[in-house]
Parts: sequence; C-alpha cells; structure tokens
Amino acid sequence: MSDSIAITTPLTDDVIERLKPGDHVSISGVIYTARDAAHKRLLEMAERGEQLPLELSGQIVYYVGPTPPRPGMVIGSAGPTTAMRLDPYTPRMLELGLKGIIGKGGRGAAVRQAIASNHAVYFIAVGGTGALLNRHIKKAEVIAFEDLGTEAIRRLEVEGFPAIVVNDCRGGDLLEEGRKQFRTSDRPIPAGQAAGG
Amino acid sequence: MREIPAAAITDAIAKLAVEATHYLPADVEGAIRAARATEKSPLAVQVIDEILENAEIARERMLPLCQDTGTAVVHVELGQEVHVSGGYVVDAINEGIRRGYAEGYLRKSIAARPFSARTNTGDNTPGVIHFEIVPGDELKLMFMPKGGGCENMSRYQNFLPGMGRKAVIDFVCETVDLAGGNPCPPLIIGVGIGGTAEKAMTIAKHALFRPVGSRHGDAEAAELEDELFAAVNALGVGPQAVGGTTTALDVFVETHPTHITSLPVAVSMQCHSARTRQAVL
Ligand code: SF4
Repeated sequence: MSDSIAITTPLTDDVIERLKPGDHVSISGVIYTARDAAHKRLLEMAERGEQLPLELSGQIVYYVGPTPPRPGMVIGSAGPTTAMRLDPYTPRMLELGLKGIIGKGGRGAAVRQAIASNHAVYFIAVGGTGALLNRHIKKAEVIAFEDLGTEAIRRLEVEGFPAIVVNDCRGGDLLEEGRKQFRTSDRPIPAGQAAGG
Repeated sequence: MREIPAAAITDAIAKLAVEATHYLPADVEGAIRAARATEKSPLAVQVIDEILENAEIARERMLPLCQDTGTAVVHVELGQEVHVSGGYVVDAINEGIRRGYAEGYLRKSIAARPFSARTNTGDNTPGVIHFEIVPGDELKLMFMPKGGGCENMSRYQNFLPGMGRKAVIDFVCETVDLAGGNPCPPLIIGVGIGGTAEKAMTIAKHALFRPVGSRHGDAEAAELEDELFAAVNALGVGPQAVGGTTTALDVFVETHPTHITSLPVAVSMQCHSARTRQAVL
C-alpha cells in the first residue's frame, strides 16, 4: 500500500475535490453501515419528516452485513456487499447530505450522476476481504434498527480502512475507464449491467 | 450394505461448513498468486495482494474469508451400497448446517418466503442439496458456501442448435461483461452445455468443484475451456472490475447430450472466494 491517500471522516469538500478514480485511500474515523432494509427505513423516516438516528451530512455509509463476532472481537468478517442493490435509495441519501459510500461493483447511470451533482464520492473496498477489513475496524456499535440483525445500522470506528475511488465528484468512473484500458478483445462492451447482485 | 449413522453426516457437514468458510483451497490461492505475476495493472496487483493477505488473516485469526458465508450448497455422492441409519439424510445435512453456522460464527443469510415476507430462517437452513447415486459403499459430501454476489450473476439461455461454439463463447463473455464487479472477480466460471435447462445449470455449478488448472478429459471440451479462458481475460474487467488482465482464474466446461432442437447454455459464476471442501465417509 505504498501510495495510499490518508483521509478522515467526515469528508470535506476539498478532500472530495482531490480524489480521482483509481486513487487508493486509507479511511480513518467514523463510518456507518447500512444495507437494503436500513436504507428503506431511513428514507421512510425522512419522508415522514422524522429525525434520523444518524446525521448524514458529510458522512460515509458502508454497505456491509458482517458475520457475528467471535467472543472478544468487535465485529466479524466485514467486507462490502454489491452496491447496485442500493441504487434505488442512493440519490435520496446523497440529497440528505451523504458524501461518501463504500461498496463493491459498479453503480447505475442515475447514481453516478447523483454522485457528481451532489459532489460526493463512491469507493469500493475489495469484495471478499472481510477478514482483512475486520482488522481496520476498531469499534462497532449498533445505533439503530437492532431488530435487523446483520442489517442493523452500526457506527464503526475505522483506522486506515483500505478503499479505492471509483466514482469521483467530476463524474469519472474507474470501472469504465479501467476496462477500456486493459481490454484487448474486439467485442463491444455491452450497455448496462446485469440485474440483481 | 454399509451402515453410516446420520449423526456422522451431521458432524461432517458442521466441520465442512466451518473449514470451507475459513480456509481458501490451495489450488485457488495458487492460481491467484500466479495471476499476480502476470497482471498488468498495478492497481489490480494491489487488489490481488489484499485478497492474498485476506486468506492469510482468515486462516490465522479464524475469521470467515468473506462475510457472505453463503447458501450452503451440498452435493452428495451416495454409494448405492450405503444405508443411512438413525435418521433422514436430508435432516442430518440440515442439522450439520445449523450447527456449523452457529459454532463457526457464520452469517445466516437464508430468507424464507422468497417473494413475500423474506424472513430470515435464523440458522442458514435449508441448504440446497443435490444427490447423485453412485456405485460403491462410500458417501461423499461436497460442500460449497455460495455467495449471493456471484450466484446472482449466473445466467441461462437456450440457443439455436446451429449456433454452436460461437454462441457459447459470446454468451459467456457477455455474462462476464454485464456482471462487472458484482461477482467479485477474479472469477471461476462453470459452463454447462446441453441437456435441459436444469441439467445445464446443474453441471455448470458442479464444475465449480473442479481443481483450478484442471482440464476436461474430452479434447474438444478442453480446447473450449482454453478458448473461453483467453476470451474472458481479454475483456479487461480485471480484479474487482478495476481494469486488468486477470478477470478469470479458470473456466470449466461440462457437457451433456441434448435434444435435437436445443442448445442449452448455463453459466455459473464463482467469485475468487471459491470456497469448497469435501469429506468422504
Ligand atoms: S461474491 Fe464472493 S467474495 Fe464477493 S462478497 Fe459475495 S461471497 Fe464474498
């Protein structure tokens, strides 16, 4: 991890400004976990004008559903889940002030646009490295929706959490650019993404 | 006739569940290491390094390789001379899953009532269990904790019979391109050709138990495997889709004779966390 960029949360506009697709970052500070069910509830609360259990402004949400911790550990294996499943919720989350997202895989066109227009950033952590990522999580505490189990919202304190910038605030997309750069096949890249994930 | 107690099957499955989710098979790890040496993208090399380091940490600290400890897929080769005593074999397997997922601190990811309530069953049961009756008096348990990210990118299509191998190659490449980073490349890809729809998917999935680097015994199928492997790695998707020359660690083809009107093709996608483990009773 020779040239990783150290960043801290909450994210400020000038930090976001400096990040570009392909940058390797090490994140320290507080991040929040949320998956499908938690997003649904959060946005329903926002819709009803209720106070959210976390302040989204400037924050990073990590799409993860960890394994249960072994005794003595703060959390279990904790790698990213497929981000595309959260696409329906993401533009609204960004409008509510969210500035960073960590997941895996690409985002749909509407989300990429919303990331740029809200001056935010989408990172991936390496999918399938939940044991490695566990080491960078120093504290974990359920702060909302405990009944959702692995999908509850957790407040994580992270140190040097490794991630890669995929979509930056200027509309760049590492996955699109990377594939073009290393493609030796004559096949045209099909439009869109597979559904599901 | 040989007696195998149901309790022995439960014990074996519980052990397989814990081991499979913590220890990356040596052939998979070796293939990832080999890919690192040929990968052209520095960022992709960094991704591969994190994957290799993860395997080490998982082993040493007894942490699951991935938080998605999957659907418990179990393929059973049941010798026809075996008699399972003291319980129903399916119950014994599900009890093993229940125990393994509890004792191993594994994630329970199974939702009952898939199109409605989707309530978590709480113990990762039921498994998806396949039986094959084979000659002999042994019972072989093949365990695969199958992650959702890659499983959801699997695909099936029937082609016009005359479309032949080109249809297969185009379909596999399209599947990998559309899936992008969702199935966590580098991938292992099982391709089932022929039979019926469910036969094609079953043999495609079963191919994922093959050791990485192995080739089909039939020369024509082996040649197709090589061609598919090269075609997929030319797509540039790369590890975690960041761009690179390592998109697949291997591609396996399995075939079955098919109806004169059909050319079924199934693609079963497996992530780099290619967790399988077997036991023979
Ligand atoms: S696709 Fe595989 S490595 Fe990726 S999150 Fe799912 S189980 Fe883990």
